[in-house]
Amino acid sequence: MSHAAPHGPPTGFIRTHVFSLDHKVIGRQYFDLALVAVLTGMVLSWLMRYHLAWPKAALPGLGVLSPDGAPSGVMTPELYLRLMTMHGTIMVFFVLTTAPFAAFGNFFLPIQVGAEDMAFPRFNMASFWVTFVAFLVLVSSFFVHEGPSLAGWTAYAPLSAVGKDAGPGEGAGQTLWAISIAIFCVGQLFGSLNFIATTLDLRTRGMSLARMPFSTWAWFTTSVIGLIAFAVLLPACLLLILDRVAGTSFFVPGGLVVSDRLVPHAGGSPLLWQHLFWFFGHPEVYIAILPGFGIVSHILPAFARKPLLGPRVMIGCLISIGFLSYTVWGHHMFVSGMNPFSAILFSVPTLIITIPATIATLLWIGTLYGSRLRFATPSLFCLGFISVFVTGGLSGLFLAQPSIDTYLHATYFVVGHFHLVMAVAAMFGIFAGVYFWFPKMYGRMMNETLGRWHFWLTFIGVYCIFMPMHYLGLAGNVRRYAVFSDDYLQPLMPLHRFITVAALATGAVQLLFLGNLIWSRFRGVPAPDNPWQATSLEWSTSSPPPFDNFGGRQVVVSHGPNEYGVAGPADFIMQDAPPGGQGA
Amino acid sequence: MGRLFAVVVTLFTVVSTALFVMHVWWLPPGISVVGSGVDRQINETMIMAGALFVISQLALACFAWRYADLGDARPVKTFPGGATPMVVASILLVGAEIVALTLVGSKVWAQNFMVDADPHALHIDVQAEQFAYYFRYAGADSAFGSMHPALINDANSNFFGLDPANDTTARDDIVAASLVVPVNRPIQLTLHSKDMGHSFYVPQLRLQQDFVPGMVIPLHFTANRTGKYEIVCTQLCGLGHYSMRAYLEVVTDERYGQWLKEQAP
Amino acid sequence: MSAVRPPERTAPGMTGVWTGIAAILMTFAALVSALVVRQGDGGDWRHFQLPPILIANTLVLMASSVVLWVGAHEPEARPARARAALALALVLGLGFVAGQLIAWRDLAAQGVYLATGPSGAFFFVFTALHAIHLLGGIAGLVYARRRLVAGIPGRTVDAAVTYWHFMGALWIGLLLTLAVSL
Repeated sequence: MSHAAPHGPPTGFIRTHVFSLDHKVIGRQYFDLALVAVLTGMVLSWLMRYHLAWPKAALPGLGVLSPDGAPSGVMTPELYLRLMTMHGTIMVFFVLTTAPFAAFGNFFLPIQVGAEDMAFPRFNMASFWVTFVAFLVLVSSFFVHEGPSLAGWTAYAPLSAVGKDAGPGEGAGQTLWAISIAIFCVGQLFGSLNFIATTLDLRTRGMSLARMPFSTWAWFTTSVIGLIAFAVLLPACLLLILDRVAGTSFFVPGGLVVSDRLVPHAGGSPLLWQHLFWFFGHPEVYIAILPGFGIVSHILPAFARKPLLGPRVMIGCLISIGFLSYTVWGHHMFVSGMNPFSAILFSVPTLIITIPATIATLLWIGTLYGSRLRFATPSLFCLGFISVFVTGGLSGLFLAQPSIDTYLHATYFVVGHFHLVMAVAAMFGIFAGVYFWFPKMYGRMMNETLGRWHFWLTFIGVYCIFMPMHYLGLAGNVRRYAVFSDDYLQPLMPLHRFITVAALATGAVQLLFLGNLIWSRFRGVPAPDNPWQATSLEWSTSSPPPFDNFGGRQVVVSHGPNEYGVAGPADFIMQDAPPGGQGA
Repeated sequence: MGRLFAVVVTLFTVVSTALFVMHVWWLPPGISVVGSGVDRQINETMIMAGALFVISQLALACFAWRYADLGDARPVKTFPGGATPMVVASILLVGAEIVALTLVGSKVWAQNFMVDADPHALHIDVQAEQFAYYFRYAGADSAFGSMHPALINDANSNFFGLDPANDTTARDDIVAASLVVPVNRPIQLTLHSKDMGHSFYVPQLRLQQDFVPGMVIPLHFTANRTGKYEIVCTQLCGLGHYSMRAYLEVVTDERYGQWLKEQAP
Repeated sequence: MSAVRPPERTAPGMTGVWTGIAAILMTFAALVSALVVRQGDGGDWRHFQLPPILIANTLVLMASSVVLWVGAHEPEARPARARAALALALVLGLGFVAGQLIAWRDLAAQGVYLATGPSGAFFFVFTALHAIHLLGGIAGLVYARRRLVAGIPGRTVDAAVTYWHFMGALWIGLLLTLAVSL
């Protein structure tokens, strides 16, 4: 085990920017990886949406990119499913896990607790590079002979387990998928271990647990969830790989006839994969969204200029959601053929999660009451987060009930639900975090006008995309279809075309964000140390922070992170201000 | 900016709520008694979720409008009562809602999945494969021939792996590509999968159940309206997943008897 | 720079090890529950004779823990003794891994391979994953010994030893699971 040996400032390009031990560099590396991943995932979703709306229309250039997948430019069903699989996998693992948790957490968790670095810098560096390799392995499946897997990001057995006979991409592509995810688990386990040890052991003098910022609390809770979740997905992927390459039968039952051939497996259990996968998969939803809870709770008071309502209750909500997330995985399997009585057992804790989620929402909305709300891009995205989280969360109320799920399961209602609550809400948390922390990460402010346009167009866009999916689901529109050829789906096609137009437009709006990001990184206005007049420790140091975060200064914390709206010359107290004193 | 936010949020709330209330896109008409229980449950949940949706979005809009950019001079106010009433209200109200929904919903769920089919139900075997469904009726002897995966052969239409040469019960089994059932008669399906996970979903029946390879899964329903409905696959099963469908034909008793005669081998 | 850190909280190594232990326990809990499901579900569970050498391997691993327990509990006060204990435990650990390889060959001689049946597959998966984690423990012992030689052990030795004891306990748990179910 590596001790937190103090390491000096690195020299040379490789040690400074590539194989750096500095948590801030690693955080930025994770951020850049997430950026590449999210652009990839978004382009895939454009192609999918275009095909869904106009299934017979050729897409110029697609035939050149994928001569097998889109002869003459019209997407084949198997290409659609491959894009869908890669979209889900890239977004869930390499964006929603890396950006809010690994990227921001790496950069800011040590600073927010007053540490010089993570507890285990070498493990930290390994965590990023292992994750990077996992991404390369996943993307490499685009370039193998048969292309990537078409089994979806959930990779249900036996489709994912019996090999090439199951369909195109179920050869090398699916094996690469499983290897990539197994590697990814290792990277995130290293990361979680670091976050936990850093939070518990490296807090500076006076930084009691109660004085930790909400974002730190959220990353800490998330890392505990991640530690357990990825520790289960890892062996599940190993067993899947063995079924595929070594001829074992963990997930493949006997007596299957695939492509007119009797499969040489016996006795395996497809439901076993589903249980192991969703034991990871549901907590993964909270790995994506809890950092958003933390980021919003962290940012909102700085813009409302008053303390977050019920700070301890909020931390209680984070922890109870984290705990409950391990009791509900079966709600993904109501109609899977598992014991129908257990459906009710899984339904109740799922519904109970509504309680801490409702409380958290009320606390945010209650914080706005009587505030002096400052409107800037970070606060706009926080408000947007609350709005989409409420909308997406409430549709979960339907899906949590087996009696209703038997109708809505695997329809676009589910797609709308999880995109709003897990993808869009989490993305809004990420956007709020980017606009809020960019000055600290890169020492320059982002362009505020572009930021606001980005918010308004995105906010309107995501509602236009994902709200109608609930209507589609109510009408029984099945998901994961390459073409809607069923008779009863034909009346829904205009709505699909509306969604596609909204998706293409909203996607294009993200170029504003990308442009702002790149432009501000090099040409933005130099940022002051504390542009938002916020209290936590990252704003007590320079923008960007020096190599050891506080320039060798002994940081002593005397205040909680929530001291806004106080009387005095400044309306807030920095966490490291002297006891009882004002400080800015 | 606060006003703009309030207006946009209110607009979304009103438009999306109206589209739900007006049933612009809605469930297709149901064709079973249990299905109407599902509809009731959806409606009740819709009212509760809708109320929470409207209240929270409007509160958000209201506060964003009211408290935007007031300048630093004004002291901030705490929400009346602080966090405690919110916690208590959430636990009590949401808790009561959970109890209510679970009590009513579990009954509906149980009717679909936890009670056995009517003892006089008509038994039909279903085989799902990439990318089709086949339905098997027992024939005159009311007994199904046993299934042998090694004998499954799509080329000669032996979708169930029957062995009529040695198995007398298999000889009169009727295999069809459509699920034809008499109206108002309890139906007991037995779901088998030849290869992958598939699913049996008829939106009008409000019924969905996966086929799991290696498992034999019972499913029952009673359709109370004649007509032709699509059975679609909802479990990703390979490249032709989108095209995997069959028809459920609910017919009168006479028509059913006639159809059975036409099918007899 | 390290003066910035309050001295009472400079044991992230121990926290890291306990956190790692939690994750590893979770991994094997998932595998054990997979075994239980698979054994109950498949109807193709084959019983076979566990290789007798596993008893010897277990004793070797327990001996290594005893060596560390006796020899390495005061690394700062008695560094020479701790160095020797770490070295001896390391050799015993390598001996355990070698013994596990012999057990695999024994199973192969019985005609049990990875793909022969679910019981054998679980045996190979359990032993292989445990051996990989044990090799991590050996790396930990090497690292701790290097820190000890350099005169800056901190709690590294304690952390490495804690992990090692856990590896022993985990192995006994796995062996019992296998003995009951195979």
